[in-house]
Amino acid sequence: MYDPKTIRRRRAVLALLVVSSVVLLTASFGGGGGVSSVQRGVFELVSPIQDVASRSLKPFRDLFGWFGDTWRSKGENDALRKDRDALRQQNVKLQAQLRNAGTAARLLQLDQAAGLSAMGPVTARVTSVTPTLLFQSFVINKGSANGIKVGQAVVTSGGLVGRISVVTSGHATVKLLTDSAFGVQARVARTGTPGIVISSGGSPEDLIMRTTKLKAPVADGATITTRGTAPAAKFPSLFPPDIAIGIVTRVDDAGTDSQTVHLKPFVDVRSVDQVQVLTRDPASIP
Amino acid sequence: MSSNTGPLTGRLAILAIVACLLQITTISQITFLGAHADLVPLVVAACGLLLGSLPGAVIGFGCGFFVDSALFQTMGLSSLIYLVAGYGAGRLREVRDPQAAAVPAIVGAAATTTVTVGYTIMQFLLGTQVTVSSLFVRQIVVTILVNTLIALPVYAAVRRWLLPVLPDDPRRRRRRASTTRLSPLSRA
Repeated sequence: MYDPKTIRRRRAVLALLVVSSVVLLTASFGGGGGVSSVQRGVFELVSPIQDVASRSLKPFRDLFGWFGDTWRSKGENDALRKDRDALRQQNVKLQAQLRNAGTAARLLQLDQAAGLSAMGPVTARVTSVTPTLLFQSFVINKGSANGIKVGQAVVTSGGLVGRISVVTSGHATVKLLTDSAFGVQARVARTGTPGIVISSGGSPEDLIMRTTKLKAPVADGATITTRGTAPAAKFPSLFPPDIAIGIVTRVDDAGTDSQTVHLKPFVDVRSVDQVQVLTRDPASIP
Repeated sequence: MSSNTGPLTGRLAILAIVACLLQITTISQITFLGAHADLVPLVVAACGLLLGSLPGAVIGFGCGFFVDSALFQTMGLSSLIYLVAGYGAGRLREVRDPQAAAVPAIVGAAATTTVTVGYTIMQFLLGTQVTVSSLFVRQIVVTILVNTLIALPVYAAVRRWLLPVLPDDPRRRRRRASTTRLSPLSRA
């Protein structure tokens, strides 16, 4: 049995730990410089270790990932076949439109040729992922030494992943588009209907687009892309235009002022291994 | 202060760092049915079960601090939740001292539930928009199930790592507990 002294000591240490946690939380939310610099120091110290651990454990990750991918791909096969058929039809229509568009099509092709390569992409590898289920952030192995700055867009070949939130010399943290604090100006690719895409909170397969044009029709299956900087905007957007975000899965209260567009992101943030950071300011791209 | 406090602290520190690094660099990137295992609450709960409430709480706080720092998350949040998981597991050992073979699995499941649900509730209380969708609930359930399955091997690994420096080896404790029944009265 414990003596009173031991019990008192246990309670005192427990209280100290709880108070420390609450103080850290408060300071973290208050944007305290002390906590932030301590965190940055630990982050810089730990990042290289994370990098080494991530590299050395990659074979195990790949092995287990292979089992998971096989399991998942069986379920995705049917859905992908349907998507392929729909995309084939869409492709035929687009080719016909392109053939008829003349000069406008050639200009459009020029713009597309500029593509991502004009945005100074820096390829980086994901070294650490947040262990929570809210899919808020991950760490990549490139930092300010590679021209990466806070706010730059992060993409994969599938589409938008997030934006840079913290940068050190060799590493950076990416705030994912599934984080509740993330938001991006977007538009429906075909109609140009503008809106803002935000997280639905807690689901990596569901984003929400709030259309800024009231009652604007948005069809199921429509592709949503980034909007870039709107012509009359006071501040430039952090994201270049026409980066794919996701596909519309359903529209709640369609045709009303409060319609909510749900979309499934093209990129599955749970299984991203490599990303590209677009290091050029979108405003400087002609 | 006992003679093996230094080695015990060293081994606990190594265990916490390895577990957190393994979690954030590898296990978090291996998904199963849309979710992934979470090694940290299992290690914290195992430490609580083996060493008691105070070391459980301390290692929980340390692991949370490390995870929050390494990922540049809101500081203090993970510390608070892992602290609760470690302290709870330790108190169970001190108050009940359960000896069943399935105890680590049950405590691991309880610790994982505390961490996943607690983290969500705390995020909600701190103003983060969290939607409790069926997918989200499924992810929580899958994480708890996967963690329950791996809780016993994790507990065995933690116990094996800490065994040389454990102040009170549970096996010896158990043996002692069983011999106390052989009193003259019970034999009569």
